[in-house]
Amino acid sequence: MPDATSVRRFIEQFALLVDQHAQELTELDAAIGDADHGINMRRGMRAVIERLPADGSAPDVLLKSVGSSLISKVGGASGPLYGTAFLRASKAVAGKAELEPADVSALFRAALQGVVELGKAVRNDKTMVDAFEPAVDVLQTSLADGKSIADALAAAKSAAQAGSDATIDLVARKGRASYLGDRARGHRDPGSASTALLFAAAAETLQ
Amino acid sequence: MKKLINRVDTVVDDACEGLAAAHPDLVRFNREPRYIMRADAPARGKVALVSGGGSGHEPLHGGFVGHGMLDAACPGEVFTSPVPDQMEAAGRAVSAGAGVLFIVKNYTGDIMNFDLAAELLKADDIDVRSVIVADDVAVKDSLYTAGRRGVGDTVFVEKIAGAAAESLASISEVERIAKKVAGGGRSMGMALTSCTVPAKGSPTFELGENEMEIGIGIHGEPGRQRAAVRTVDEIIEMLGVPVIDDLGLKRGDTVIAMTNGMGGTPLIELYIAHNQLAKMLKDRGVTVAHALVGNYITSLDMQGCSVTLLRVDEELLRLWNAPVHAPGLRWGM
Repeated sequence: MPDATSVRRFIEQFALLVDQHAQELTELDAAIGDADHGINMRRGMRAVIERLPADGSAPDVLLKSVGSSLISKVGGASGPLYGTAFLRASKAVAGKAELEPADVSALFRAALQGVVELGKAVRNDKTMVDAFEPAVDVLQTSLADGKSIADALAAAKSAAQAGSDATIDLVARKGRASYLGDRARGHRDPGSASTALLFAAAAETLQ
Repeated sequence: MKKLINRVDTVVDDACEGLAAAHPDLVRFNREPRYIMRADAPARGKVALVSGGGSGHEPLHGGFVGHGMLDAACPGEVFTSPVPDQMEAAGRAVSAGAGVLFIVKNYTGDIMNFDLAAELLKADDIDVRSVIVADDVAVKDSLYTAGRRGVGDTVFVEKIAGAAAESLASISEVERIAKKVAGGGRSMGMALTSCTVPAKGSPTFELGENEMEIGIGIHGEPGRQRAAVRTVDEIIEMLGVPVIDDLGLKRGDTVIAMTNGMGGTPLIELYIAHNQLAKMLKDRGVTVAHALVGNYITSLDMQGCSVTLLRVDEELLRLWNAPVHAPGLRWGM
């Protein structure tokens, strides 16, 4: 079962993936947005790592710290969106030392709900929701079907990536890319790309 | 990339420090969290005006902190909205008990971060109101977009609401005036070249030698249409007509007009552009009560311009003419 150590590794892995892909995320944003997504997420995740509470902190304490750091360091839309996701995730696993399959499911479902409530985006708006929602759906069904957390998260990782791939053909209806109309078609949504990294990090660490 | 910078990650702080060094009589700079405030704030029972947004649009917003305009400005990273901690701290620093008005440009991130800050201040019983500026006619306002972008009209909102606040009007009255200005202004811009975000180090988009982007945003976000470069008179027609039509201007109306540079266009070209705008308005029987020509809301080093028109009545004109003394705007004192 994932515990505080695996949650910490999850956060560190997400920071590492963001750092490795920062330039790519910024290039995606330059095409249909304002060329800062990778720069901002990298700055935010570095602050997250610097402020992460000491070893021994419970999963909810770690996740809450990530949320607060992102909200106060990232700016743009991604700061409040990812920040809210982690704050909601923290609440969903409050007081748990080890995460049962149902807790893993609740953690990511709550995170998605936070993103949807704040950003008011729905599927096919060409946003991070296009990667987040299918990933959470697959995660939840896989766990309900009795698959292991590792297998369910691997499926969620693939679903997030597929969801992100599917944004390429979409016209944006939220965020700065929505100003472009048809010209946004042919470009991957940067938020969906960072969300795919989030689930990749989860699949590699939350076991 | 050649730029007059030290390090990409200190660009915003270094510039804010420079602004404060240049105008110690007008503004003070707080580094952490980052905001620029009036040197004499909080001011005696006055409604406090707080704005902010991504950096790279100078003189907006920090250059408009001063007498008769903003009480505080919260600069984010380049083209990135500020974080809630900044607006919360700035709001507290300049609040004089008469309420705080947030002036927010309509971008998804700006709205979210200002909303979070407003919640934090309201929890302490500070009366926080917000006015959203969404004046860019290049963007269709529909269910299928994030709504019109906030651009040039922001300068007018900050000046005119600032004058109302300086006259010690109530928060409801300052909010009413700000919304009137936000509702009565429209803009459209264009680019001849892309800007280069320091942290990215290369142009945000590529434009051919003979191409221009019509309907450009102030963050280098591509516009609606790419076209062959034409004469400035023709370009101003392409910008001015949609603005005039959207405002529904008719013979006998009065406006304040701004021909704004995007940061990389010389004044000589902006005056040529403004000449055409003035002619267009004269031909339509529209009176230009006042004009601003220069760099007021920029996009780093982008070459290009934007046109903003604000329909005014006696009330708005009186507030426009009221004294202002900020680093980026000064008259009457």
